[in-house]
Amino acid sequence: MITSNPFAELSAFIAPGVMQAYVVLMILLVIGGTLLDVKHKKSAQYFFEKGKSLKKLAKREVGGAEKIGLAVSTLANEVLASGEFENPDRRKSHLLMMYGFVTFVVTTAILIFGVEGETSGFVSLLWHLGALMVCVGGYWFWFKIRVDVRSEGHAWHDVHLSDLFIVSLLLTTTLALVWSLLGSMLIFALFIAAATTLFGTVYWSKLAHMFFKPAAAFQKKVAKADGSLDKLPELPELTDPVVKERYPDIPTYMGETPPYMGLGIKREAPTHY
Amino acid sequence: MPTFVYMTRCDGCGQCVDICPSDIMHIDTTIRRAYNIEPNMCWECYSCVKACPHNAIDVRGYADFAPLGHSVRVRRDEEKGVIAWRIIFRNGEKDMNLLAPITTKPWGQCTPKLKEVPAPSKEMRDSQLLFNEPKYIRLDDGGLHTLESNGLKMQAGVCY
Repeated sequence: MITSNPFAELSAFIAPGVMQAYVVLMILLVIGGTLLDVKHKKSAQYFFEKGKSLKKLAKREVGGAEKIGLAVSTLANEVLASGEFENPDRRKSHLLMMYGFVTFVVTTAILIFGVEGETSGFVSLLWHLGALMVCVGGYWFWFKIRVDVRSEGHAWHDVHLSDLFIVSLLLTTTLALVWSLLGSMLIFALFIAAATTLFGTVYWSKLAHMFFKPAAAFQKKVAKADGSLDKLPELPELTDPVVKERYPDIPTYMGETPPYMGLGIKREAPTHY
Repeated sequence: MPTFVYMTRCDGCGQCVDICPSDIMHIDTTIRRAYNIEPNMCWECYSCVKACPHNAIDVRGYADFAPLGHSVRVRRDEEKGVIAWRIIFRNGEKDMNLLAPITTKPWGQCTPKLKEVPAPSKEMRDSQLLFNEPKYIRLDDGGLHTLESNGLKMQAGVCY
């Protein structure tokens, strides 16, 4: 069952052209919603102005090749590995949802556009796997991490407008799996309603974070490379004689070769609130 | 002046929520990022600023150490055992880096194990001294503590 294309049976009731038009419409809604979101939050303007102000503090020019290197490292670490998350559980849950979502969306498009021909059972398997990954990561977030992370301690049934993205995403993938297993047209209608909400409400939800978070991570790396450090102080090498002379506190309190002082705040995960 | 959070840097990890002694750093229910729920109650202890692993929290410094409009940012590096400060004046020309050793004891080293300590005697209860009163502030035990008695020498540029 999980290796068969669920949209193939559906093509008896709904013309493939209609399904394909729906996919194109959803893509257009995401693009439009993201552009509106960028305009409304002025995020592009924010990054541009911040970049200009940090350039004034820059100690050196970051060349084109180096910028490409930074972009690649942002892609490898922050985008593909969700390296920005300090909380390991949130990182794992985010990775599950992100890879699950991308797999689900891409395979949906492949299955729908290939509905008239022969599609590989492997693509259908990936479609189910993607939906399942979103469900695992998403319900873990919803029932455990989300409840913990909020110091107000709201329960899982306490839903806000801000939960539009996660709720519609979870409903979309859950209903997709249930529809694929049961084949009910009612479940299919609910699946389409959830998917339309997910892709049609980018302006109000946090789906657009996938575009501005990498931009913020990239800017952070450029600020480190050009020496402006986002106005943060430098951490010089403590054994350097110039540093010792400038800050006599260092050798007085810490000795000639300051020891490793431990992990500090990172010693334990923040779970006390 | 109270703390504020850069939304593009914060990932909602909750370290600031954990460490805030006034319990006023919370995770926003809408955007799941940290924010100061009660700026009036913030006493600018900088605990959250130093604890934030993303350096996403800042405090606007008071006008008594730099003219208003300046930027003051701090990094606490536990591995090196130092706290670094950078103050940039609003004209952008005065840009100061400062560095000081962390003078508190390593994290977790001094968690009191009260269960293992014997219960206080009547004499201790009636005493004016606090439980575990630090020896450096006690005057009834060896007199005033001085640099000399602690094996230190006055040195320019060192804070005692």
